[in-house]
Amino acid sequence: MKVLVAVKRVIDYNVKIRVKPDHSDVDLTNVKMAMNPFCEIAVEEAVRLKEKGVATEIVAVTIGPKAAQEQLRTALALGADRAIHVETDERVESLGAAKALAKLVEEEQPGLVILGKQAIDSDNNQTGQMLAALTGLPQGTFASAVNVEGDKVQVTREVDGGLQTVELTLPAIVTTDLRLNEPRYAKLPDIMKAKKKPLDVKSPADLGISVGSRVKLLKVEPPAERQGGVKVGSVDELVDKLKNEAKVL
Amino acid sequence: MIDYSAPLRDMQFILDELAGLEEIAGLPGCEDASADLVSAVLEEAGKFASGVLAPINPVGDRQGCRLEEGRVITPDGWQEAYDQFRDAGWVGLSLPQEHGGQGLPKLVSTPVWEMWFSTNMAFAMLPQLNVGQTEAMMIAASEEQKSTWLEKIVSGEWAATMNLTEPQAGSDLAATRMRAESAADGAYRLFGQKIYISYGEHELTPNIVHLVLARLPDAPPGVKGLSLFLVPKYLLDERGEPGEKNDIRCISIEHKMGIHGSPTCTLSYGDSDGALGYLVGEPHQGLATMFVMMNDARFNVGVQGVALGERAYQAALDYARERVQGRDIVTGEAGKPILIHPDVKRMLVSMRARLMAMRGLLYTAAGWFDVARHHPEAEVADKYRRYVDLLMPVAKGWCTEVGNDLCDEAIQVFGGMGFVEETGVAQLFRDARIITIYEGTTGIQANDLLGRKILREEGATLRELIADVRETTARLDAHQRLGDLAEPLHDQATLLEEITDWLLDHKADTADLYAGAVPLLHLLGIACGAWQMARLALAADARLAGDDGDSDYLEGLVEQARFYMATQAPQAMAHGHTLRHAGPVLTRLNDSAL
Repeated sequence: MKVLVAVKRVIDYNVKIRVKPDHSDVDLTNVKMAMNPFCEIAVEEAVRLKEKGVATEIVAVTIGPKAAQEQLRTALALGADRAIHVETDERVESLGAAKALAKLVEEEQPGLVILGKQAIDSDNNQTGQMLAALTGLPQGTFASAVNVEGDKVQVTREVDGGLQTVELTLPAIVTTDLRLNEPRYAKLPDIMKAKKKPLDVKSPADLGISVGSRVKLLKVEPPAERQGGVKVGSVDELVDKLKNEAKVL
Repeated sequence: MIDYSAPLRDMQFILDELAGLEEIAGLPGCEDASADLVSAVLEEAGKFASGVLAPINPVGDRQGCRLEEGRVITPDGWQEAYDQFRDAGWVGLSLPQEHGGQGLPKLVSTPVWEMWFSTNMAFAMLPQLNVGQTEAMMIAASEEQKSTWLEKIVSGEWAATMNLTEPQAGSDLAATRMRAESAADGAYRLFGQKIYISYGEHELTPNIVHLVLARLPDAPPGVKGLSLFLVPKYLLDERGEPGEKNDIRCISIEHKMGIHGSPTCTLSYGDSDGALGYLVGEPHQGLATMFVMMNDARFNVGVQGVALGERAYQAALDYARERVQGRDIVTGEAGKPILIHPDVKRMLVSMRARLMAMRGLLYTAAGWFDVARHHPEAEVADKYRRYVDLLMPVAKGWCTEVGNDLCDEAIQVFGGMGFVEETGVAQLFRDARIITIYEGTTGIQANDLLGRKILREEGATLRELIADVRETTARLDAHQRLGDLAEPLHDQATLLEEITDWLLDHKADTADLYAGAVPLLHLLGIACGAWQMARLALAADARLAGDDGDSDYLEGLVEQARFYMATQAPQAMAHGHTLRHAGPVLTRLNDSAL
């Protein structure tokens, strides 16, 4: 079975986010970028499926600027067999990504598509679902366990109030939650071999789509700075403040 | 302590701009070191260092190692971390491809080792021994020995040690007593005791390969009578797997001031019928081979200086940004973090500038190593071989001394909390204290610099190096924005010239000169640091002019160079004064006055 894994280049989770002075966007100048953590989990799951003998080939895909090839190389170092880069300098939103992925699903005919449930830059949590809609494939989102048996996959989903297990008929779309697995570190020899694995570059036009943005970004504001709290002397004082100052009681 | 964050931007800048990564990658045998591969390697190493090695560093410090009935128990987490480290292939990073390594240049492995040492020096000493041992074996071992042992040492399946020191033979290896007697099949039986053997015994790997200095029965006295032997913890069976236990016992481990996670063992060889070992290289030539291993280890210890300093700096900076205390000296405003105090800021900028100077020197020297090893033109290779030889004692001696200073200063930034163990900077300070001692004390490095590296060749290589410094000053002279850096660097070059002349003029006053050897080492370290900081400023300015990159960062580098010239460079002058004036007093002063 072929597995398609989507990865996204995002700002590194360790970096303190700065907003551009004109509030037009997040400032990405010389900021460390990395693979979206949920995508790392997706890659790890695919690699585990291959180690179990369930998957036979892993194809990593990204949509983004040339520099996003770094993240594809990371996926290749972690165990993907080949990579496809849909290169664009446009700001890619969920629908654009889903359309590109839908075309690639059509071309590649994977048995399973694994994506992160969301990316930590825009936190939309949409691409997997949109891809399912565009391709008409069944979806299991927020997976905390994935178990492939025959032509079915059982996906345990983290939902409000507990866990839900759904069974999907392959081919299917799975999006990963945080607890699905713990991604491994890449091995040095694999990092070196990753350079030599095939990486195919396509344009959105090659796929017959446009990934252009449909949402206009008006303004980006950093979260308001937290004000220092006060210490209260007694419960009575606390109740008084909650009633009269905060007016929440 | 705050999480370690690998200083990838600083590392990358120095690799590209000062150490010439692109030129190194163009050398035959270094082709793998392309820019994208190097950044991927550094990235992953940074993740591994902060994710795997850093969390167990305080554990190692608190628990230390235990000796129980001859078994050495390493701290919790050591085994799992080592398994991961070995499986990820990091041991063979710079080691020969024909034995399973990745063969990347030293320039690439140097920042990686910096990360290992920053996050857990006590742990990283273990794989470091595999690197040194491989280097020594590549030079002296027979083809059969290489094929028997090297693959497992390069992969890290087996661990390695170097056994030099004995109770009466520390810095003076001429006093070595360990003896080797001929046994069957061309092997030898070894008898004697070795002390201070890092990772001399442990159970992290299924075998340990010791390289041991010992004397053959017909050995001449002194260092010319030392031979090198490979002595495994377990003898190999017919399938080449660890079999019968060799006659080696760990009889104690040291209780130390720092690096508690690294077991420092006393090993007793031949308590029964002798430990079986194999001669590596020619008889009586052991020291020369050991020095190859030692040279590599010395450079790596220099890297430990910058590594511990970096970790201490990151912790101190974070604390200075968080800790609220005192009032702003200008506005009188309260409630501000201590970084607003000029003295605290002075300490942090000074730390950062010295880190960059040390890194500039070490990475540049690592690049010289690669040129010396791989450059097709013998003349070029030879020049950089001589540069490496000249500056090796400086890289080791100066960077470890400064590394200690930085850990000390980090504690000062923390104030009382730095003296309290829970913040973690105290561990760095204690761990750092060994680095000016092992692999040759600062005094030994300084004597090597003065005697073997300067006087013996009449200062020839040093003068070549000064000419290179002068090329940088010439670039500064002609520079519109960095002209103010020209004069301080001129002064450093002039000082170096004057000192070279003075040393050669006073060659006969041996005692006076050697009394000033350590000040000389500091002088050369500071001056080379000034040279690298000037190059750093030139590179940063060029990128600024090209509007390529982050102007805050680049302008910061230029200011750090200025700060270095204002604070560190003058100290080279002071060391020059000490060198010229303290020696005669010291020689004259009667020991009875002490």
